[in-house]
Amino acid sequence: MAADNDTISGYAAAFEGFEAALNGGARSPLHARRREAIARLQEHGLPTARFEAWRHTNPAPLASGCFAPVMTAGKLSAEAIRPFVVSAIDGPLLVFADGQFVPGLSRVSDLPDGVQVHSLSAPGSGTAAIISGNLAALTLGAEHGFAALNTAFVRDGAIVTINAGCTVDLPVQILHVSTGQAGLTTPRTLVVAAAGSRASVVETFASTTSGAGVLTSSVAEIVVGAGAVVEHTRIHLHGAESLHAGTLHVTEAQDARFTAHTFCLAGRILREDVHTVLRGEHIESTLNGLSLPLGDDHVDNYTTIEHVAPDCSSHELYKGVVGGRAHNVFRGKIHVHQAAQRTDAYQSNQNLLMSDDAEINSKPQLEIYADDVKCSHGSTTGQLDPDALFYLRARGVGLQQARGVLTRAFAGELVDRLQHEGLRNHVERLVSTRLDAVLADQGEAR
Amino acid sequence: MLKITNLHATVEGTEILKGINLEVAPGEIHAIMGPNGSGKSTLAQVLAGHDAFTVTEGTVRYENEDLLDMAPEDRARKGVFLAFQYPVEIPGVNSAYFLRTGLNEVRKARGEEEIDAYDFLALIRAKMALVEMDESFLKRSVNEGFSGGEKKRHEVLQMAVLEPRLAILDETDSGLDIDALRVVANGVNQLHTPQNSAIVVTHYQRLLEYIVPDYVHVLMGGRIVRSGGKELALQLEDRGYDWIREETAAAAATTQPAGA
Repeated sequence: MAADNDTISGYAAAFEGFEAALNGGARSPLHARRREAIARLQEHGLPTARFEAWRHTNPAPLASGCFAPVMTAGKLSAEAIRPFVVSAIDGPLLVFADGQFVPGLSRVSDLPDGVQVHSLSAPGSGTAAIISGNLAALTLGAEHGFAALNTAFVRDGAIVTINAGCTVDLPVQILHVSTGQAGLTTPRTLVVAAAGSRASVVETFASTTSGAGVLTSSVAEIVVGAGAVVEHTRIHLHGAESLHAGTLHVTEAQDARFTAHTFCLAGRILREDVHTVLRGEHIESTLNGLSLPLGDDHVDNYTTIEHVAPDCSSHELYKGVVGGRAHNVFRGKIHVHQAAQRTDAYQSNQNLLMSDDAEINSKPQLEIYADDVKCSHGSTTGQLDPDALFYLRARGVGLQQARGVLTRAFAGELVDRLQHEGLRNHVERLVSTRLDAVLADQGEAR
Repeated sequence: MLKITNLHATVEGTEILKGINLEVAPGEIHAIMGPNGSGKSTLAQVLAGHDAFTVTEGTVRYENEDLLDMAPEDRARKGVFLAFQYPVEIPGVNSAYFLRTGLNEVRKARGEEEIDAYDFLALIRAKMALVEMDESFLKRSVNEGFSGGEKKRHEVLQMAVLEPRLAILDETDSGLDIDALRVVANGVNQLHTPQNSAIVVTHYQRLLEYIVPDYVHVLMGGRIVRSGGKELALQLEDRGYDWIREETAAAAATTQPAGA
């Protein structure tokens, strides 16, 4: 039970109000999931500082005090979302304002063959089974109380399904925008990629304001079918004061190839739990992450890769460039079950401290129950290589520019891993802009 | 062009340079030779502005300005170039970007327009031919995975692109086979004009068969103990450094004032 009973009873009361306003929707299968979730939340509560999983991130700002769920979406214009949309991708686009689908700004017709996109509030024919079969199936049991909070108050979300054997060339874009209304918003995404399909999904979290008082509790669930190839990109561009607790849960079937990219570019507190389960043989799974906190930002990437079946490989690379008094946390757990023989897992966490006051915590955690495995990890933290800085300066490049060149090269490794050129250029611009701000935030350093 | 007067420098509290005096006029090539640990590389790095070294005494004037007062990038922009003994690997920064960024900084400082990607390609192709480097290097991260010889050619390539007034080559010949040596020397000689000068720091006389110096200086114990023409290098090749060490010690003993 959470220490903060008032918070939970606040959410329970809010749930009653939410339920009363559903006007008949309370009988839907979706609402049955919400009820399970609120019951779970009441039973297990939200994390406290005593939770081992929250050792380096004080959950109090997120978990202490009830954030009233935002019930009506604020206004959003095409102009306001323009910076967040990858203009080079003329594919499916789902836009959500404060968690609610905005059809007028979205692009959900004339889709490529084999892909269906729907909003949870207005599911299309045939998706009901997908929802009842998959939604919350992965996350209801999660240790992360925020996943239950999201499910309890979820009103809308993106559902993307890709038919067996179909290749969707253009990434599907999902844009979750906060209009700055204080309180809780609950973006939700479900991706089901059937056997042998190929697809890429990009989720951007953005805000049109500084986001003071905004708590976003997001959940994305991805089902990767046998032999499917799925790339999932999350871009966090929250308001500078925003709070975010996110969960990404992935289940992978045999021969699947899954890659996740997480770019934590803005937000006051960003906690991201990523959990992928490799259930079949010969899966290749990759988790990439880049965090660029500055000022008093706090970013915590809490990742788990679970090898259940034999002969799979996983690669994980998380990097941070940390300015100001910011704090960057990485936890990378690789859990190799006894049956998962011949697992090949590699993890790396690299951080650049751009100021004397910046702080990082890096924790690899290998739990290995099989005897024939290859698991390794590495973690480095430091400052820019002084020899490389001098080399650049000796060629006429000024100190500040040289720092920029080296930092961009460091971060660029993760940008370069994005497959789609339009997406890569978009993220490169965002990262470059953010790095300028991180580089300028050197605290007391020279 | 360059006037070094009584230059003293330390690294982590240890004095390495103990009063260097050297004058380089426009168009001159000076070779600096000496045994290991004599301070040759320190001198080169101090002139380029490496902050691992602290100048404790003395002055360096470069084209009538105080060189020691300039940041490393300003020295480079004003035409001082150091070819590194150990070129640094920079993962994620490709050679073309590195070269063009440096060139544009130098051009801006000269009051010239920045060069665009198209013109740069034409320029770099010509310069790469000069040092017999393949264009594929342009796409590779700076020095990453380069062989020793490739790194040195890459240094000379940078020099050819930046066209410095004063080039300082820090043991650019070390570890090179005879072909690479010829290529490196050719690059240096191409750049040599009546206005441009070079300081060639080397361990061996070998390089000086290709780059013919006007003066040869022997650096020993942090001081220049002997200067001469190119024939001095040949003498060193024949006799080593011991005879100079002995003569210097003897000279010091006779000139030492009584009671000191």
